[in-house]
Amino acid sequence: MNYHKYSNKTGFSFSYVMLALVVVFLFIPLFVVVFFSFNSAKGMQWEHASLVWYKTLIFDSPSLWAAFKNSLIIALTSSITATALGTLAAIGIKWYRFHGRSYITTVSYLPMVLPEVIIGISMLIFFSAVKVRLGMFTIYAAHTTFNLPFVFMMVGARLDEFDYSTVEAARDLGANERQTLTKVIIPSIVPAVLSGFLMCITMSLEDFVITFFVSGPGSGTLPLYVYSMIRYGVSPVINALSFVMILGTMVIAIIFRKFLKTVAASS
Amino acid sequence: MKKTLKPREREQLLGTIYGGPMGLWFTIFFTVPLGIIILYSFMKRGLYGGVEWEFTLTAYKQMFNPSFAMVVIRTLWISVLSTFLCILIAIPCGYAMAKSKHQTFLLFLIIIPFWTNSLIRIYAWISILSTEGFINSLLIRLGLIDEGLKLIYNNGAVVLVLIYMYLPFAILPLFTTIDKFDFSLLDAARDLGATKLGSIVRVMFPNIKSGLSTAFIFTFIPIFGAYTVPLLVGGKDSTMIGNIIVDQVSKTRNWPLASAFSMILTLISLIGVFWMLYNGKREQMQKEGGLKKTTQQALEHNVKAHHTHRGTK
Repeated sequence: MNYHKYSNKTGFSFSYVMLALVVVFLFIPLFVVVFFSFNSAKGMQWEHASLVWYKTLIFDSPSLWAAFKNSLIIALTSSITATALGTLAAIGIKWYRFHGRSYITTVSYLPMVLPEVIIGISMLIFFSAVKVRLGMFTIYAAHTTFNLPFVFMMVGARLDEFDYSTVEAARDLGANERQTLTKVIIPSIVPAVLSGFLMCITMSLEDFVITFFVSGPGSGTLPLYVYSMIRYGVSPVINALSFVMILGTMVIAIIFRKFLKTVAASS
Repeated sequence: MKKTLKPREREQLLGTIYGGPMGLWFTIFFTVPLGIIILYSFMKRGLYGGVEWEFTLTAYKQMFNPSFAMVVIRTLWISVLSTFLCILIAIPCGYAMAKSKHQTFLLFLIIIPFWTNSLIRIYAWISILSTEGFINSLLIRLGLIDEGLKLIYNNGAVVLVLIYMYLPFAILPLFTTIDKFDFSLLDAARDLGATKLGSIVRVMFPNIKSGLSTAFIFTFIPIFGAYTVPLLVGGKDSTMIGNIIVDQVSKTRNWPLASAFSMILTLISLIGVFWMLYNGKREQMQKEGGLKKTTQQALEHNVKAHHTHRGTK
């Protein structure tokens, strides 16, 4: 009898085949889109290789670039707000007991678990009830709201590993609250704060459903532009744009992977 | 002044300074909007959107209108079927990933399509399935068919694309829990005479219950509230609750009805979340020898288990 009778490391295994098939399934649509972005013809009949759609994308799509600019502005502003508020709240919730603590904790998880349609609709109805005009501000507010839970959670997870005695030591040595925050706490949670910030940027650039409800005329973001391209007349420019966006996703994923190593190394 | 505060008061003050801004933000932009929806669902509809301030249950009664009831039933079967298939596919994947030596690379492979803009992924499926799409042109070129097959704008396409979109939501939490599972228990079961499948079902499954319920919830809730997928790849008979809500808000302008449907989605989501918490809590109690955990900690635990991947991997 073989001692390792149950572990089949080299042989055929159902689960490995399944995983391989799933990876293929996940990537095939992306490959098809990327492949046809280099097609000179419009449809799904291959003619010959060409960069014509990339040329159109870069030089002849002003409204796409305007939408991208809106996306960037909203991603940056909402991520900065969410990172600041979420980090402070994570510190407060972790170390202090105060009125409203459990309310804040509970309410901070809900936006993450409720369907996006609900968040979008409730904000749309809210803004129209209080008569705020839909536009950049309302998108900013919505994005900050769905980004906050992620920062709160990621910084909170880092603080779970943080040694509170360091804070006590700083206080004993005469540091006041502000000094403790800026010189002791924040430097040690920087990796978590930064990865929370990056997470927010990614999610903000990507969001369609919620933005769809709270955007007004002239405030369309890139996903909204992509939506109108899909809905009302597909141009192969969208294939070229897809490839650029897939590359962007890969870059972000690679950055996150390195981040993981820095976080592991510093703790 | 600060120095004269008692420790308890000082804690209260500092906690409010740190946590207050986020609490205020969520109150304005989350709690109040949700409250308005609850309120609106009991109001009379206004002529051009909005509501009239008069208490009524009309919106809830309208939901029993046969055409809406059909949509609710369809939403249910599409969500249950897609979620079930997602989990069925995700279990062997999570298992293979947990056993692999190249975990980071595999996570990378799962996460790239997952993080790619959802509209781009839906668009990719449209260009594969449509009448002049990739599959049909390929089949015509190979001479297997004469005219394009109807692969898109039906419920099958909706289920397929939903599985594509939400499969990673099932794989990631299952991978996390299976990764923590002690595989030598399987060998022990085999030594005691269990078959391979038997040992997995009877020894591993009870130990990864929290992963299974997290996978279920994080797949089921977004699918149940799906809006873009049925809109873009579904046909006339693929409308789901999410589409009704949007139509009622933007086209028909019946805000109370949209609110009432939103209430249903919210309630079902919350029931799901509490069920997940209950499972996670029970497992935690078994593991920690009956140590009590608050609902909040359990929620934190479950959400973290699921979202860590988005965050740090």
